[in-house]
Amino acid sequence: MIWNRKHLLDIQSLSAEEIFTVLDTARAFKAVGERVIKKVPALRGKTVVNLFIEPSTRTRISFELAAQRLSADVINFTAEASSLKKGETLKDTARNLEALNADIIIIRHSATGAPHFLSRFLNASVVNAGDGAHEHPTQALLDLFTIREKKGAIAGLNVTILGDILYSRVARSNIWALLKLDAKVTLCGPTTLVPREFEQMGCRITHDVMEAIRHADIINLLRIQHERQRKTMFPSIGEYASLFGLNQARLAFTRPDVVIMHPGPINRGVEIDSDVADGERSVILEQVTNGLAVRMAVLFLINGGKGPQEIAG
Amino acid sequence: MPESKVLLDAVAVQRVLARMAHEIAERNDNSSQVVLVGIQRGGIYLAQRLADLLQGVWGHPVPVGHIDVCMHRDDLDQHLAPPVHPTAIPCDVTGKTVVLVDDVLFRGRTTRAALDALNDLGRPRAVQLAVLIDRGHRELPIKADFVGRNVPTSLRERINVQLQEEGGEDGVFLEHL
Repeated sequence: MIWNRKHLLDIQSLSAEEIFTVLDTARAFKAVGERVIKKVPALRGKTVVNLFIEPSTRTRISFELAAQRLSADVINFTAEASSLKKGETLKDTARNLEALNADIIIIRHSATGAPHFLSRFLNASVVNAGDGAHEHPTQALLDLFTIREKKGAIAGLNVTILGDILYSRVARSNIWALLKLDAKVTLCGPTTLVPREFEQMGCRITHDVMEAIRHADIINLLRIQHERQRKTMFPSIGEYASLFGLNQARLAFTRPDVVIMHPGPINRGVEIDSDVADGERSVILEQVTNGLAVRMAVLFLINGGKGPQEIAG
Repeated sequence: MPESKVLLDAVAVQRVLARMAHEIAERNDNSSQVVLVGIQRGGIYLAQRLADLLQGVWGHPVPVGHIDVCMHRDDLDQHLAPPVHPTAIPCDVTGKTVVLVDDVLFRGRTTRAALDALNDLGRPRAVQLAVLIDRGHRELPIKADFVGRNVPTSLRERINVQLQEEGGEDGVFLEHL
C-alpha cells in the first residue's frame, strides 16, 4: 500500500496504486459503519473544517459524518453565513481557520484550483470537495469503490458516462480515475455537452445513447447542471429526457448485469426514470453509503504523519 | 541480510501451539463461550491454528475472528498511515471470553489498541491474551496469559515470525539489526 500525501486535491495526480490504497482502506471503514458503535478514535483531538463556499448538502453531510465517525471535531463554514459575504478573501478566511488550529480543511468552491491554491500556503491538510467544473475526487473514489464492490475488478470494464460532461467535475474525476485503472470509458450526451476534446483524455465519444449503453457494464448518469450553464445547451428538458434519459425501454437493450449509478441529486423523469432509479440494477443509495466510507479513508490517510510505516507491537 | 538465529523451528512452533491450546482449555471450563480473535496480521493465522487445536480438545468448533487495531493506534500522526483491514468476528463478543492472539508481544501498545477496538464491538465477560513470543520491553501495564516462548531481547534486535500460511515453513527468528 502506498500513501504519502498530505492533501487530496485531484485524481489526475494520483497513481493507480494510490487509488487502490484509498479503496482498500475504505473497505475497513465501511465495516465500521455496519457496527453498533460506528465510531473509531483515529482522528481524536483533530479539528476538521468544512469550508463550503458553494452550496452543498450531501457532500458536506458525508464529510461531516465521516470526520465525526473518526472522532474529529467538525466546524461547518458556509458561504451564506460567512464573512466572505462581507468582502473577506478566501485566503484570509482560510488563514483565520488555521489560526483556530484546524488540521484538515475540506473545501468546495466554484473556482477551479481553489483547493490547490489553499494547499500552497496552509499548514493544514486540504481536501478537494469539488472545485468548479474541474474535479470532485472523493466522488470518483466512491464510484470506483462501488464499481469494484459490484464487479470485483475495474480493469477492462466498459463504463459509460451519460449526461452533462462539459460542466461536470464528477465526470472529469471519474474519467481520470477509470482510465488510470484501465477501464474503457465512453462518454455520451448532447453534442453541446460532450465536446470532442474529451477524446484527447482517452475516452470514446458518441451521441447515440443506444450505442453508448448497449455493451456497458456500468452506466453512470450525470445530472444536467442548470446552475453552471450560462446559456441553453439543448432545446428543452423534455427533449433531453426523450433523447438521453434512461428509461425501462432503453434499459431493455442493455446487458442484464449492468449497474446504474448516479452521484445525486437525481432529477426523476429527466436523466433517469423513477422505475430505473428505484430498480434492482440501481446502486444509487449504496453510493451514498460508500461515500461515507471512502471519505473516512481519505481523512485517515492524509492524517498520517511523516515517519516510516513501522508497526511494532 | 541481518544476522539471524533460529528461536523456534517448524516442529517447535507446532509443539508450542499445542501446549498453548491445552493451557487455554485448562483455564476455560466454559468452552462454548470462548472466542479467539487474532490481531492483524500474524495473529490471524495463529488464532485459526489454536482454534483448530482447541476443537480437537473440546470436540466442538471454536469461533475465530480477526481484529484490525490500526484505527485505535496511539501513534497515527507519527507515521505514514498504516494499511487497515476490515475487522470480522463471527459472533457478538458481549458476555463471551475473548482470547486475543498475537504473534509477538513487545511494547504492549498493539494490545492496548486491540482492547479499545474490542470494546467498541461489545463487552466481553473476560479478555485473555495469547502470544507466540514475549520479547519484553513493555511500555504499558500489559501481561500475556498464555506465552509460547519468553525471549529476552535488546532493542537492536527484531523477532521475525514466519508462518506456513504466508508461504514457506513455520519458524521464529531473532535478527540483529
